[in-house]
Amino acid sequence: MKKPAWLNVERRPAASGRLVFAVSIIAILAALVVAGIFFQIYGVSPVRAYQVILKGALGSWLGLTETVRRAIPLLLIGVGLTIAFRALFWNIGAEGQLLMGAIAAAGVALFSGLPGPLLLPVMFIAGFAGGAAWGLIPAVLKVKLGINDVITTLMMNYIAIYLMEWLIHGPWKGPTARGFAYTDQFPRAAWLPTLYGTRIHWPTLVLGLLLALVMYILVTRTRSGFEIRVVGENPDAARFAGISQLKTTLLVMFIAGGFAGLAGVGEVAGIHHKLLGPLNISMGYGYTAIIVAWLARRNPLAVIITSFLFAIIISGGDVIKVSLGLPFQLINVFNGLILFFLIGSEVFIRYKASFSFRRQ
Amino acid sequence: MGWEMWIITTLSRTLAYGTPLLLGTLGEIYTERSGVLNLGVEGMMIMGAYSAFTTAYITGNPWLGILVGGVIGGIFSLIHAFASVTLKANQVVSGLSLTMLGLGLSGVLGRGWEGKPLPNPIPAITVPGLSKIPILGPILFEGQNLLVYLTILLVPLLWYILYRTRIGITIRSVGESPATADSLGINVDRVRYLCVLVGGVLAGVAGGYLSVAYRPAWTEGMTAGMGWIVIALTIFAFWNPAHGMLGAYFFGALYILSFRLQPWISPEFLKAMPYAFAILVLVVVSRGTLQKRMGAPAALSVPYTRGEE
Amino acid sequence: MKRFPGVVASDGVNLGVRQGEIHCLLGENGAGKTTLMRVLYGLYQPDAGEILLNGKPIQISSPRAALTHHIGMVHQHFRLVPTLSVEENIILGLDEGTGPFLNLRKTRKKIREISEEYGLPIDPQAKVWQLTVGQQQRVEIIKALYRDASILIMDEPTSVLTLQEVDQLFATLRTLVDDGLTIIFITHKLNEVMEISDQVTVLRHGKVVATLPTSQTDKPSLAKSMVGREVVFRLEKSVVKRGERLLQVDTLHALNDRGLPAIRGVSFDLYGGEILGVAGVSGNGQAELAEVLTGLRKATSGRIFLGGKDITNRSAREITDAGVAHVPAERIRMGIVPALSIRENLILKSYRHPPFSRLCFLNRKESDAKARRAMEDYQIAAPSDETATKLLSGGNIQRVVLARELSGDPRLIIAAHPTYGLDVGATEQVRQVLLKQRERGAAVLLISEDLEEIMTISDRILVLFNGDVMGIIDADGADVEQIGLMMAGTRHEGAVGEETRVA
Repeated sequence: MKKPAWLNVERRPAASGRLVFAVSIIAILAALVVAGIFFQIYGVSPVRAYQVILKGALGSWLGLTETVRRAIPLLLIGVGLTIAFRALFWNIGAEGQLLMGAIAAAGVALFSGLPGPLLLPVMFIAGFAGGAAWGLIPAVLKVKLGINDVITTLMMNYIAIYLMEWLIHGPWKGPTARGFAYTDQFPRAAWLPTLYGTRIHWPTLVLGLLLALVMYILVTRTRSGFEIRVVGENPDAARFAGISQLKTTLLVMFIAGGFAGLAGVGEVAGIHHKLLGPLNISMGYGYTAIIVAWLARRNPLAVIITSFLFAIIISGGDVIKVSLGLPFQLINVFNGLILFFLIGSEVFIRYKASFSFRRQ
Repeated sequence: MGWEMWIITTLSRTLAYGTPLLLGTLGEIYTERSGVLNLGVEGMMIMGAYSAFTTAYITGNPWLGILVGGVIGGIFSLIHAFASVTLKANQVVSGLSLTMLGLGLSGVLGRGWEGKPLPNPIPAITVPGLSKIPILGPILFEGQNLLVYLTILLVPLLWYILYRTRIGITIRSVGESPATADSLGINVDRVRYLCVLVGGVLAGVAGGYLSVAYRPAWTEGMTAGMGWIVIALTIFAFWNPAHGMLGAYFFGALYILSFRLQPWISPEFLKAMPYAFAILVLVVVSRGTLQKRMGAPAALSVPYTRGEE
Repeated sequence: MKRFPGVVASDGVNLGVRQGEIHCLLGENGAGKTTLMRVLYGLYQPDAGEILLNGKPIQISSPRAALTHHIGMVHQHFRLVPTLSVEENIILGLDEGTGPFLNLRKTRKKIREISEEYGLPIDPQAKVWQLTVGQQQRVEIIKALYRDASILIMDEPTSVLTLQEVDQLFATLRTLVDDGLTIIFITHKLNEVMEISDQVTVLRHGKVVATLPTSQTDKPSLAKSMVGREVVFRLEKSVVKRGERLLQVDTLHALNDRGLPAIRGVSFDLYGGEILGVAGVSGNGQAELAEVLTGLRKATSGRIFLGGKDITNRSAREITDAGVAHVPAERIRMGIVPALSIRENLILKSYRHPPFSRLCFLNRKESDAKARRAMEDYQIAAPSDETATKLLSGGNIQRVVLARELSGDPRLIIAAHPTYGLDVGATEQVRQVLLKQRERGAAVLLISEDLEEIMTISDRILVLFNGDVMGIIDADGADVEQIGLMMAGTRHEGAVGEETRVA
């Protein structure tokens, strides 16, 4: 496309943190405005709608705790994704990795026959392993055979979904109620403790916060973090420096897949206490976490904030359904808009425009 | 039913179900051949389904519905093109965001439309004479509709365009080596916009087919992941419209069989096959020369900027 | 005038080319030749000034516009689509008025005609990825001729050809000129200018320094114009006593990226305190040799000994730890991580060792101190050690690479095209650094396309042709013709001062 002669577009060599922050805020605001239009179409003033959302998500004890518990899987997966994205591994497969973690944990809970106190720790380990294994497969394919990571992780999502479908309809089928299939309920010892009166399964929350901190330290202060950054920024130089791209890629996917697996454990051990239909467990967290990680600009600590932000949005979806009679799907619209504006706004970060009115 | 009848109905259903798969795949092949990865197919399909249904319902004309479905799919794809080609944003994320948008938007808008049967769906056709051919007759010429046939005709046309015309060479060069194409005076951006648009329109039509012909009704999320199968199919087809046709009917058969073989084979297994096959194909093609002959367009999902090499 | 951020690429350039002549554009890398040609070909727009064709001012706003003026360009890096066939590549972007349909038969016929008339044998239906480099260049030339180019710009065309292919190319060019075409030939090689051109224009730092008929000049004067001062063909080198044998390469074999043999039985020794220059046209195995020696490529057979220890096919990391430094040819793509800071780039290879890391944590303070020291020692010009390396100029980037590679007092230094694309000051500095390492007792393997450079600072010269050692001779008293013969494939009999290894 021809650009007008008076517009100069140059690559910006380096973007200040403040610019990035400002652009992110503007992107979110833009999404808010456009979403507001939709609210208006349904006869609800956008201002009122956002008020209701914030009040519902944060204003009451129930709302706040529900928001927090939704943030837990977003936090875990998001942190893992920031690591993967730093190595330029486009992990779209967090949904599948979460489900594999859930399946592993359910397997342990229902069939391992382990004594009570051991159940939960083993479930977490198994869940981590399940998610990590699921993530390692695309990693190996990418490094050994050069196969596109986006496609493989995406495809593995659906394989995982059908695997779980098969399990709950087949070998692991429990009592069936009204046409929905699910497994038996987990034994009580496999239930994660929750904060009094809420659905917040706090061990997973603590785990998530801890891992965010650990990952931050990893990236900024350790050798592995250094290697991850080099591999992500310039794979040729990494090879030149003797950094093994294979090992680094495997490491990041071990982490990202494992963390998503942990999120899966949290969901089934903390909320559902059985395996349900896959989409009811993963709830699109794997995809939403992509936005969470993106907005956090690949900083594990920032994920704490962005995951909470998106948890508010999801809670908001419930609220507008109940209080305003608006469809829950508006949330997906909102998420899509935010993501879209986020990446669209990156052009302002990467390029600098200047105007010159000098005659050609 | 006798096994002969069973095969006939299975293949007949395969043809019907494979049509939207094929449409979507043909479009995505063109898009990816020009170097753009469009993960928003699912969103475009479902928006096509919704808009086609409502248009057909209101106007009573199903073909108008299909048309509108294609247009809406095209408009959506232009958004993706703008982000990917002009703004040079990350194509993966742009596509994903459009799928989210499409699913959400159709869910929101479609709320009042569920459960309404379409009074005037695309009519089923029985071709006199040809439908009497043993076995093939009932499969191909009985109970299908015009769109099915049009889609089949589209395959050789799109194949020919891609491999034997000037525009086809242009598209392929843009996807393999945009710098080269640019230096020869080709407007890379314009070619990419065009191909993304083709993909979007065909995806929209595919969606429209679902809601206006295959199962004339609207349900939230009715595309049920067909857009993702299209992505898998594009790879399975080695980005070649002819292979795309084979693949579409093959994957379609797997889907139909997943229901029909339920007593013997778990349906989930068959439904997961397309995704597994796509990965398998990628593994097979990853060896050296095979990659050059049949592999992905080299510049796929990489934004192009002139002078930046 | 054309501005790049921070660098003026072309400044008030006046270039006059007569019809039917071969006009050479001479200049070092970075002198502005390619920029100028890109303006002529419509890829860049001039900020000031004008272009006149046959006396009439024209606008060249895009490559397509250039073609309407019958200006064709053969790029240094070919603009071909590998998966398409030759004929598809040739008609790419052409509007022949037959609408969307192709008449490939007509195309094929025209290609064959051009091919025969100018001695450019090619199979129109072959896929480009199957062709050799020389054949691909032929396709590029045919592409321009197919479009009725009457002015042909060739950008460093011989950089990828064998000497035989160069002769063929020159013959083709002469045929084209006889037919009335005009050729602008960009090069930095003096012998080519003298051999092929009628007129030569010398560019230096974006300005035209001289334009004159080739018959009225000679290599030393051209070299002087190019560089701006008397080129000293002999540098004052201190006499250094040769040390122990540090590197022993024994019948080394390796394949290139295409799976074809790139190194065929190379053997040589390298001693401490000497610089062995590896001469040869690019593409004869030099890149692969550097990669095998530094662990970036596998040797298929043969052995490499460093200080007596076998390091054949060890990992890059182990070889680095054994005291081998590598200054890579592609410094931005391989030598640095552009987005990371100078400090981080400086520890790119040493980060695993104390004092830069303890257990698994990185020690910031130490790497900070090291960075500041390095910036001083090597005169790296940047606001701070936290500056991202992508913001640095080519010369400063190379300084960062040198600072990093030489910091561990390496025993063996492999420097591949270390002065490529650098300005004169940086080039001097790099050469001085290498000489200093030699004085320190390190063994230096210098790979360079710049024969002058090799002859100036090496102690011995090894010539590679087709992956084979043609000869190893003393630099003192070596004569260019001798080396040129070796580069063309003639094996040297009884090389002075060093004999090739016996197994």
